[in-house]
Amino acid sequence: MNEQYPALLVVVPLLSALVVSIAGWVNKRLCFPVAVAALGMAAWSAVGLLLRVLDEGVIVYKLGGWSPPMGIAYYIDYLNGLVLPVVSIVALLNLIANKKGIEQQFPDKIGPFYTLYLLMVTGLLGIVVTGDAFNLYVLLEIAALTGYGLLAMGEERAPLATLNYLYMGTIGACFYLLGVGYLYIVTGSLNMVDIARLLPPLYQSNTVLAAFIICMVGVWLKMAFFPLHAWLPNAYTYANSAASSLIAPLVTKVMVYVMIRLMLTIFTTEFVFTTLALSDAVVWLAVIAIVMGAVLALAERNLKKMLTYIVVAEVGYMVGGAWLGNRDGMTGAILHIVNDALMTLCVFMVVGNIVYKVKGYAFEDLKGLFRKMPFTMGALVVGAMSIIGVPPTCGFFSKWYLIVGAISSGHYCFMAALIFSSLVSVVLFFRVFEICFYEPFSNHHGHDNHPGGMDEAPVSMVVPLLVVAVILILVGLYTGDIVNHVIQFAIPEAMV
Amino acid sequence: MTDLISTVIAKYNYWIYITLMMIGLYAMIAKNNLVKKIVGMNIFQTAIILFYVSIGVKKGATIPILEHGHGPDAHHVVHAVDYINPLPHVLMLTAIVVGVATLGVALALAIRIYNNYNTLEEDEILAQIREK
Repeated sequence: MNEQYPALLVVVPLLSALVVSIAGWVNKRLCFPVAVAALGMAAWSAVGLLLRVLDEGVIVYKLGGWSPPMGIAYYIDYLNGLVLPVVSIVALLNLIANKKGIEQQFPDKIGPFYTLYLLMVTGLLGIVVTGDAFNLYVLLEIAALTGYGLLAMGEERAPLATLNYLYMGTIGACFYLLGVGYLYIVTGSLNMVDIARLLPPLYQSNTVLAAFIICMVGVWLKMAFFPLHAWLPNAYTYANSAASSLIAPLVTKVMVYVMIRLMLTIFTTEFVFTTLALSDAVVWLAVIAIVMGAVLALAERNLKKMLTYIVVAEVGYMVGGAWLGNRDGMTGAILHIVNDALMTLCVFMVVGNIVYKVKGYAFEDLKGLFRKMPFTMGALVVGAMSIIGVPPTCGFFSKWYLIVGAISSGHYCFMAALIFSSLVSVVLFFRVFEICFYEPFSNHHGHDNHPGGMDEAPVSMVVPLLVVAVILILVGLYTGDIVNHVIQFAIPEAMV
Repeated sequence: MTDLISTVIAKYNYWIYITLMMIGLYAMIAKNNLVKKIVGMNIFQTAIILFYVSIGVKKGATIPILEHGHGPDAHHVVHAVDYINPLPHVLMLTAIVVGVATLGVALALAIRIYNNYNTLEEDEILAQIREK
């Protein structure tokens, strides 16, 4: 059984998507348990895979027994061994938390919604697990197409925002496909490890350079790396809360994973940092991304949109860290994939709970929430502390690695941008807390001065949220173990 | 000048795909009508499909089915030059499916937008959003 984990990871959610769509016609109540069981199975396989990788090193799983480079192989090393459990656990917790929200928002579309949700997770897990460059493109499009479907189920402006995302996402995926085509012309292979083996004599070739740059631009478009971020804020803001709290934590982070995979496995650090002299330019772009993300977040009077701009800034952290060109920076970037997925999930789930109860997420809707929803707001405090970077929450540690990497490579501007964005996050979140502490004006009229009771979201929404908040602190406390036992081996030894 | 022309003619398939890609990109950026943008997106995707198809082609080669692959004299040397490379073409079957699916989703979204705003012109939609 545990030999088949790599296949189960993708096949179980894929087939259960079919089961859920049929179950939706028979009885809507069947959809949720099937979906939870499927994602639970995926999470179990992902954790099992991580343990196996820790135990026996890199796993190559030949689909259908065809060995690479002819067949498609799933390739699990320390890098995606770490990302897989994060993706599957985030998807599972978010699914459980949003059961009530989905029933409230789309009572007629429960079956289709869970089907799309499972297909989306299939795509994301497939992107992370695959060792084939073209297979990655197909799964990228599966994740993207289902993502458009999920995001468009929202407010009135959601379809237009999603259509803009669709244009940009399609251009991004097509650029990636074009880059893979160039690689295929020069190497005749699509298997990542095989391409990496064939490339070194061709490092001076213009075709390889073009392939690298086109792939990078495509991936940056998909991850909303400033200035290619324009599609993200509206698409995520106007979507329903279940979809945005799945897509905001995962899609950008999985794309960062793809970028790191391209840099470390396919093109290798020798090509990226020695042959190319792009590193400084990309780190500067990341600096601009972080600063602009923070400033644009500051301009918002709307909690959800503010958080989307924080996502844009966080993408800058990871891209900058990966391109610093040293071990600490790369460690910080990989660790931040994990941490940012969890803390973005935490804050977006908080928004989901608020929307469920208050039906709004503008700042003026938030008044008096600390009294009404103490648990939800407690989770928001933990998530905010993590985004700001207060120990012992996990956000502190990845930021620490990124800053150490910035100093040792001499990119002081990147360090300054990290600190600036942390300070802006302090302002952003304490402004939200301040609004949430004060009571709405209506409560102070006349004699009607006594505050109302607690009006917390349902237990099924609060418990997963609190679990995420606890995970944020636990991941922070065990950062040393994660770095020493996993991430250290994910980075090639050539990188100092 | 003749150098340039001969380079263009020698690699005309690449020039065609780049031209098509730019037409698609232009339509996506500059057109105001949402359906025209979607058409531009489809041209963009098709350009890449043509690029892939063209890199598998060899002059004078035939479809990749081995001649005399069965029977008593089945074991003989296969000349790769005689057969086109099927792999890029097979990959594009998947890419065509992806393209059709993207087009379908995009048109479905366009219908939703039309139902909301009663127009598909982007400036009119944005004007309506600003009024609210």
